[in-house]
Amino acid sequence: MDIVVCVKQVPETAEAEIKIAPDSKTIETAGLVYDINEWDVYALEEAVRIKEKFGGHVTVVTIGSEDVDSILRKCLARGADRAVRVAYPNVSRLDPFLTAKILHAAIKEMHYDIILTGVQAGDDCYAVTGPIIAEMLGIPHATMVKKIELESGVARVVRELEGGWEEILEVKLPALFTVQTGINEPRYISIMGIRRAMQKEITVKNLAEIGLSSADINEDNGWLYMDKLFIPPVERKVEFLRGSPDEVAAKLVAILRSRRII
Amino acid sequence: MVAEIFVLAEHRQGIIRDITYEMLTKARETAQKRNIMVVSVLLGNDVDKGAEILSEYVEKVLVIEDPRLENFNSDVYQRFLTALINKYKPWLIMMGHTSYGIELAPRLAASLNIPLATDCIDFFLEGEEFFVVRQMYNGKVNARLRMRRAETYMVTVRPATFAAAKPQTQIKSMIIKEKVAVEDDLKVGKRFIGYACPPPSAVDITTAEKIVSIGRGIKDASNIPMVEELAKVLGASLACSRPIVDKGWMPSDRQVGNSGKIVKPKLYMALGISGAFQHVMGLKNSELIIAINKDPNAPIFNFSDYAVVDDLFKVVPALKNKILEAVSQSRGV
Repeated sequence: MDIVVCVKQVPETAEAEIKIAPDSKTIETAGLVYDINEWDVYALEEAVRIKEKFGGHVTVVTIGSEDVDSILRKCLARGADRAVRVAYPNVSRLDPFLTAKILHAAIKEMHYDIILTGVQAGDDCYAVTGPIIAEMLGIPHATMVKKIELESGVARVVRELEGGWEEILEVKLPALFTVQTGINEPRYISIMGIRRAMQKEITVKNLAEIGLSSADINEDNGWLYMDKLFIPPVERKVEFLRGSPDEVAAKLVAILRSRRII
Repeated sequence: MVAEIFVLAEHRQGIIRDITYEMLTKARETAQKRNIMVVSVLLGNDVDKGAEILSEYVEKVLVIEDPRLENFNSDVYQRFLTALINKYKPWLIMMGHTSYGIELAPRLAASLNIPLATDCIDFFLEGEEFFVVRQMYNGKVNARLRMRRAETYMVTVRPATFAAAKPQTQIKSMIIKEKVAVEDDLKVGKRFIGYACPPPSAVDITTAEKIVSIGRGIKDASNIPMVEELAKVLGASLACSRPIVDKGWMPSDRQVGNSGKIVKPKLYMALGISGAFQHVMGLKNSELIIAINKDPNAPIFNFSDYAVVDDLFKVVPALKNKILEAVSQSRGV
């Protein structure tokens, strides 16, 4: 089983303070910590588990400048065999369609039985790159996958629906799946893994080497153009309670009592 | 022919899902401004009932019935919709940003070269430019984006964004059964096998009057007992956001959110929950929402009545003690 996993470097924003940059189209990047997109970590773990069971190779692919090599190293340490980076200076200017176009061009010459991506990237949350790649390659796909079982030539996958519901699909291989968090428990990176990763090479390809011209990745060929970023409006009028933990606790108790909750 | 707005009706086993009515609200508002028609497109097998219900919301219901459309399979849907879109050339195609739209929209858009914006919370025209609004970076930032100019646009709409309201005036509606040319021996790469519904839960958090809920900020499973103690003195059920279930620290029947349970308690106390929209959707109709998070910009605060910016490991024990004091005083002990 040869598996290709698409990965993206994203800033950790769940607990970071986000400020909009003066150009109003990007965020301030100073002080942000970058890592592998959370969904992609699960996708990579799933790929490595399939490889360990059935043999084959795991190749990770990403787009970016040298800045993203560190996440490719992490992927190699997590069990990927090969890493490919398509050199592109300004990834944040790529819309999801152009991103898919580049990944498709990079993947189409590789051998694969399965392609995995995360359901979405934690920064822009489009959730479209995977299915577009599948369309361009002409292979079947399934999104929001939380279980993959392989039989001869087909995968039986469980998709997550709303409200705790799931659906089961049978998909012919080769196929592309977008992986949901919680599908597995990603392993910790071992010292051995880090050593192995240092010995592996990262293959860097430019657009021409994957058969694309810069005109193909012209902004005018995309779907979306950033106009401006702004801070979301509040939905409820929130009151901030201040003070020491004891003082805040006392205020909360008063609120709960006034509402007859306690 | 004036190009229309197509709203793809989402249903599971013939039951129309709320997202459909929410999209129709936004579609009617948009159509009125442009003086065009909203068409609800219903694909399925034996879906007369659904078509009847939709006709109360929209002027035209386009129904495509075929045994192959019995259960949702995006491959099959894509073939039928492609034929339909090529025939009618709608100006805008709307789908839900749901397990249904996420599976179907990107591939359909790519194959027909239609620009697509997903997970939209708003969209509008300015002059001849089509703009969308969507969230980025864990809901901390909204982005306004312009779509590439096209004859047809496609958007997927975030659930629970627009009200699912019936039109104020009764509308004269027509239901049209449409035949589209799709080959008999349709070759598709995937097959629907079946649904798995959630197993019955030991604890039903959807009926709980008070909920204490934990998220990523709890850091480790060993910290959960501290919160359980708070829940106990409050008489509240313990719930959580997705990462806690992903890590295996709590069972999935305790998960609040789009893929978990929708709750509406008198009190929802969110501890260490940043407030990803998928989670907020499950709780935003709670009567009183209190959030404790050390990140002053946590999106959960935008949905809360009271907010505490502090370390939950300090506030939770203090709150537990204050509640115990208050309760014992009121009992006159």
